Amino acid sequence: MSELALKNVGMRYGDTVVLERLNLTLDPGTFCAVVGASGAGKSTFLKLLLSELTPTEGSITLGGRPLPQEPGPERGVVYQRYSVFPHLTALENVCFGLERIQGDPLFGRTWGAKRRALRAEARELLEAVGLTAAAERYPGALSGGMQQRLALAQTLALKPELLLLDEPFGALDPGNKQAAHALLQQLWAERGMTVVMVTHDLSEAFTLGTRVLVLDKVREDPHNPERFGASITYDLPVDRSAPPGAASIPHAS
Amino acid sequence: MRRLLNLQPRRPLRLALFLAPVAALLVTYLAFSDARLAENPQDRLLPAFSTMGDTLLRMATEPDRRSGDLLFWLDTGVSLQRLALGVGLGALTALVLGVASGLIPLAGASLSPLLAIVAMVPPLAILPILLIAFGVGELAKVMLIAIGVAPFIARELEGRVRELPREQLIKAQTLGAGTWLTLWYVVLPQILPRLFDAIRLSLGAAWLFLIAAEAIASTEGLGYRIFLMRRYLAMDLILPYVAWMTGLAWFLDYALRVLNRRLFPWYGAEAGR
Repeated sequence: MSELALKNVGMRYGDTVVLERLNLTLDPGTFCAVVGASGAGKSTFLKLLLSELTPTEGSITLGGRPLPQEPGPERGVVYQRYSVFPHLTALENVCFGLERIQGDPLFGRTWGAKRRALRAEARELLEAVGLTAAAERYPGALSGGMQQRLALAQTLALKPELLLLDEPFGALDPGNKQAAHALLQQLWAERGMTVVMVTHDLSEAFTLGTRVLVLDKVREDPHNPERFGASITYDLPVDRSAPPGAASIPHAS
Repeated sequence: MRRLLNLQPRRPLRLALFLAPVAALLVTYLAFSDARLAENPQDRLLPAFSTMGDTLLRMATEPDRRSGDLLFWLDTGVSLQRLALGVGLGALTALVLGVASGLIPLAGASLSPLLAIVAMVPPLAILPILLIAFGVGELAKVMLIAIGVAPFIARELEGRVRELPREQLIKAQTLGAGTWLTLWYVVLPQILPRLFDAIRLSLGAAWLFLIAAEAIASTEGLGYRIFLMRRYLAMDLILPYVAWMTGLAWFLDYALRVLNRRLFPWYGAEAGR
């Protein structure tokens, strides 16, 4: 397992500074929840970790090596929407990554015994997220909660070192959300990957996270609001051993 | 009284509203046709339906005295073949250009503005060039249809590819797909049903180019026949031919729609839309 480290990371578009001076080290297996107001740069933060954007300052390393320049299978992502492919059935969606990784580079497909093994693995994952009965259905015929569970199975199939979640349960109703939380926590406990989850739901952040980061602007220039970007203003470890409601929250760093 | 925009016709009324204008058109035609035929039984401009039926039957069942062909079926077959070849060639070219332009920014930088310009060229204006370049044979007619529909379909597909959520392309990369595999497994399968839709939209234009090309340089075909018969004021043949072409066009549109639903059951019920 590998450690994620950000050193003095900043992101600016022209004169607009979105993020600045981000310093962070996440131990392997941390469940890090990132909260912040709209426009605080949460999405930009996640895009940096995905290599969808390249930071204009500083450096990001994963397991001691610089983060790859493009998105790749060492990092998985689940978005709030558009996380699964609408033209593939649930089973095919889970097979997608396994086929592309294990298949030959030209066709990206597998045949025979390899293909059967891969399908069996995908079915196990579908079972783990409770979608066995929906294996042959298209995402359009699944509820929002089922789609997000499918997205989790699809992403976890490749056992990413780093799992990135962008408001994954933001569109779910409270009941579905709670079920999805329980499932995610169980999968995380079983697999022990590092998770970074961006959310605007504070209670979700403290329910799931072992560490909660708050992004906000430290400095404010009233005449030029774009001059300063957001940074990590609070870095709160959540003590999971204490009973719920008694989490010890230390002072801001 | 409810507002006009909230009034929904019920089933019998809906049917009556649909049939009324159709019946009105037919009755008007019959009235004028009868009036003219009463005055001059040899009148050719507004033939009776029975005359049209006889003429069509003769074209469909009696071999032509000069060539021995069943002209109606010959015309239909030749025209449909030209249409299929032209639209097929145009759609295939458009698929390659549109997907490349929409997915690969480097390709889009050259193709996107080029397609925008080419789409503005009136296809019929380049018919003389095609006739010079490809002769008066089949190729020129097929090329006219292909060139006529390709830029439109290509631009349509380019837009559809760009509309694919960015999330899907990122997701595919995190699942181990590169450019080629993303194209093959994410973009292409999602673009094909949209290609069918684009073809349906371009069929009207394709028929236009087909008939124009046949009118100018051909020796058989539906368009050729009606322009040939114009010289003899043979409305008894022209009118049923027009009705037949309308029927064919409707059927092609319907067939493509059904095919789209059958081949891509997920289409139209996509997640998160």
